[in-house]
Amino acid sequence: MERKDYKSVGKAYRKKDSMQLLLGKPLYVDDITPDHALVVKILRSPYANAIIKNINTSIAKKVPGVVDVYTWEDVPKKRFTIAGQTYPEPSPYDRLILDQHVRFAGDAVAIIAAEDEKAAKKALKLIKVEYEKLEPVLDFHTAKDNPILVHPEENWTALCKVGADAKRNLVASGVDSHGDLDGVFKDCDIVLERTYHTKAYQQAMMETFRTYTEMDRYGRLHVISSTQIVFHVRRILSHALDIPKSRIRVEKPRIGGGFGAKQTSVCEMYPAFVTLKTGRPAKLIYTREESQIAASPRHEMEITVKLGANKDGTIRAIDLYTLSNSGAYGEHGPTTVGLSGHKSIPLYTGNLEAHRFSYDVVYTNHQAAGAYRGYGATQGIFALESIVNELAEQLGMDPTTIREKNMVREGMKMDAYYGEMANACALDKCLEHCKKMFDWDKKYPVRNMGNGKVRSAGVAMAMQGSSISNVDVGSATIKLGENGTYNLTIGAADMGTGCDTVLAQMAAECMDCSLDDVSVFGADTDVSPYDSGSYASSTTYLTGKAVEMACDDLKKQICTIGAEMIGCDVNDVIFNGKQVMTEDGKKSVSITDIAYKTQANSKYTGIGTASHSSPVSPPPYMVGMVEIELDLFTGKVDIIDYMAVVDCGIPINPALARIQTEGGIVQGIGHTLMENVTYDANGKPMESSFMQYKIPTRMDMGKLKVEFENSYEPTGPFGAKSIGEIVINTPGPAIAHAIYRATGKWYRELPITPEQIAMDLMEKESS
Amino acid sequence: MEIQITLNGKIIKDHVEPDCLLIDWVRKHGCYSVKRGCETSNCGLCTVFMDGKPVLSCSMLAARANGHNVQTLEGLQEEAKDFVAFIADQGADQCGFCNPGFVMNTISLLRENPNPTDDEIRAYLAGNLCRCSGYEGQLRGIRNYLNHKNK
Ligand code: FES
Ligand code: FES
Repeated sequence: MERKDYKSVGKAYRKKDSMQLLLGKPLYVDDITPDHALVVKILRSPYANAIIKNINTSIAKKVPGVVDVYTWEDVPKKRFTIAGQTYPEPSPYDRLILDQHVRFAGDAVAIIAAEDEKAAKKALKLIKVEYEKLEPVLDFHTAKDNPILVHPEENWTALCKVGADAKRNLVASGVDSHGDLDGVFKDCDIVLERTYHTKAYQQAMMETFRTYTEMDRYGRLHVISSTQIVFHVRRILSHALDIPKSRIRVEKPRIGGGFGAKQTSVCEMYPAFVTLKTGRPAKLIYTREESQIAASPRHEMEITVKLGANKDGTIRAIDLYTLSNSGAYGEHGPTTVGLSGHKSIPLYTGNLEAHRFSYDVVYTNHQAAGAYRGYGATQGIFALESIVNELAEQLGMDPTTIREKNMVREGMKMDAYYGEMANACALDKCLEHCKKMFDWDKKYPVRNMGNGKVRSAGVAMAMQGSSISNVDVGSATIKLGENGTYNLTIGAADMGTGCDTVLAQMAAECMDCSLDDVSVFGADTDVSPYDSGSYASSTTYLTGKAVEMACDDLKKQICTIGAEMIGCDVNDVIFNGKQVMTEDGKKSVSITDIAYKTQANSKYTGIGTASHSSPVSPPPYMVGMVEIELDLFTGKVDIIDYMAVVDCGIPINPALARIQTEGGIVQGIGHTLMENVTYDANGKPMESSFMQYKIPTRMDMGKLKVEFENSYEPTGPFGAKSIGEIVINTPGPAIAHAIYRATGKWYRELPITPEQIAMDLMEKESS
Repeated sequence: MEIQITLNGKIIKDHVEPDCLLIDWVRKHGCYSVKRGCETSNCGLCTVFMDGKPVLSCSMLAARANGHNVQTLEGLQEEAKDFVAFIADQGADQCGFCNPGFVMNTISLLRENPNPTDDEIRAYLAGNLCRCSGYEGQLRGIRNYLNHKNK
């Protein structure tokens, strides 16, 4: 149960690296790696689908300072995936470092290695390529069974049974159902069917993709990269370069944001290949343009939902079909789509009698999609939460009432969520709390402000998971240092979220010491215990549990050593953080002396280590409410207030949990109102910089207010669930709802731009 | 070409290519706090002071700073220290990549306007993008710092 007497857990500590970050110390890849490394640049295809007929690098190679230029002929011919997932990866093996067949405008054609940037850029222009242009597949509706194949090659493979078939442009396909769907639909008073469309968005982390590589003093490939997944990168590079994993070491320094983008090994293979070929240090820093056109954005999805309900608002059946656009390669295609159903439908477990979730994931000639915070759940929740709002409005019911009636509650079995139990669920309390804080009853009615502007409100709920059940591994090693302090070593990646600090807080709680007494190190494949990495909302929940277990392991050793030193049985002593003593307190030995004992005539390591996987993935829950002001003339939507209440179990660090929520909401606002990855008729990307791809500034987000309703997750460390991803899921449906309230029109496609609203309002007026 | 720039109080004479950008020049001279987040003057991460005024070093030639006084966060550690502690208390430092530009511009704001309103803060810092924090924590941090200072 939740305890109030924690010393470190539940406290809003500063991040351990705060002052270093805020004072601008050199901490990131480009700050800490040598300037004399070879500059690596990539020549990119101007065409969305083409075969390289001829490529002439001889003039480029003659540019002074150019060390070498590599083409598809120079690289290993075994296909692999760059998706950061547990082996065997569900994503298809459809990549080569360089391929003769280029599949999107921006796909890599050649790698240049040069002494400096100028020479590299000059060489870029001097490579002569003759392309055979092919018709691209640009509309994802027509991709499945299209005669044009994105991956016609014979050595394409899929390791897992996910319904992939390259001969049909399919990355995955499947169906999952429960109950007598047709029977229940027939018996419903109302059946609504709607189609929603969410777009590709760039994570737009401020630090672009970047990697430095060198041969280390043992002749091994040493990779320093801005990545969320050091262990997966090691395996991916071993596949890509066709060298043993034991010859590779991957570490990450501080990371300038990831949001899932860096859960794919987007750029590591290029400098790694250069270093292997030349033996020299190499560095690749993606430009913002490359991070816009050849990155790893969100999967565009079109979701058709059919909802069956009674007149009183009882939601009885949900049928959801997702068509997902994976782009030119299949990274995270088979898995993101799953969340669009599995992490939306269970929200309505309350009265749900039957459901079906089916999907197709297709290849097109767009840049390959990947992992982005929310990972499919965001798309599914936009669709489902929107249709529930449509149902409520159609029934004349308050949309919060319809949710109270149907939502999942603690103790329910969620058939649409792998049959898992909702063991910790405060969603009902989140809704009640948010309603009060937001003053829903007052703000829900549309208010004309008399100046051509109206104010209105919208609502949405959300869920996510905490780690991938039965797959992800979280690990931690904790070592006793000589003055009774600890070193915590992890393989998870703090990408700014503060997980180093959160995990240290747990260690401090377990070891009964102060947070300052725990130093954290991560992540380095040579040093860290294996961890799948920081993604799938797993770090606090899974690696956190591993920290708890590693501390238990170490405490046992401390007690054993202490008991030996004071000459009594290990079962008769206790450890209070400072000393090991007999229960009556008569005999004791300090932790410092115990630590020294591990260094002299010792058979104990003084190291505790543990790995953990979870059979369940407990969902965090959340409610978001938005008030907007909409200009009826220009169509401009201003966010006035965004309020949210989150159930992430027990927040280990409430300040960091709050910032996660605020950051996620603002990204969601961007996706709803302004961000979009688009292509011209030839498949060329349109948003190559922050000039065209606008992310929210501090003028675009109104006022945020975030509070928490705690539940206690029995399988999590100190009752914790996850928070990192769920927070991006409510703005889409909540804002679309508010816009409907203000304009009378449902926007089922994102983003909803002022131009569109203004044009629709004009049309409405003239008709 | 030959230039002379006073970088964080130190006079540096240097030979630069005419197209060398100020951001690359200050980084070459060890000022790694200065970050590049875009190439199009849209993110504010590369903010430095020239003669005390904030400029975007990604869109200024090093040659243009010839004869001027350039400051980066490396040279403003003391002035920044008190203030940034309040950002740290909010956990709003997050990934940190945008922090130096944000801190520089906030210093500039507070020099110009020691007691800004929330809206003035938002407007002044509008050019400083942050993808992690959602901005609200940065605002709370500045507000708390001002309250503390005015106590
Ligand atoms: S780097 Fe983005 S404004 Fe200078
Ligand atoms: S803290 Fe990551 S971009 Fe601002």
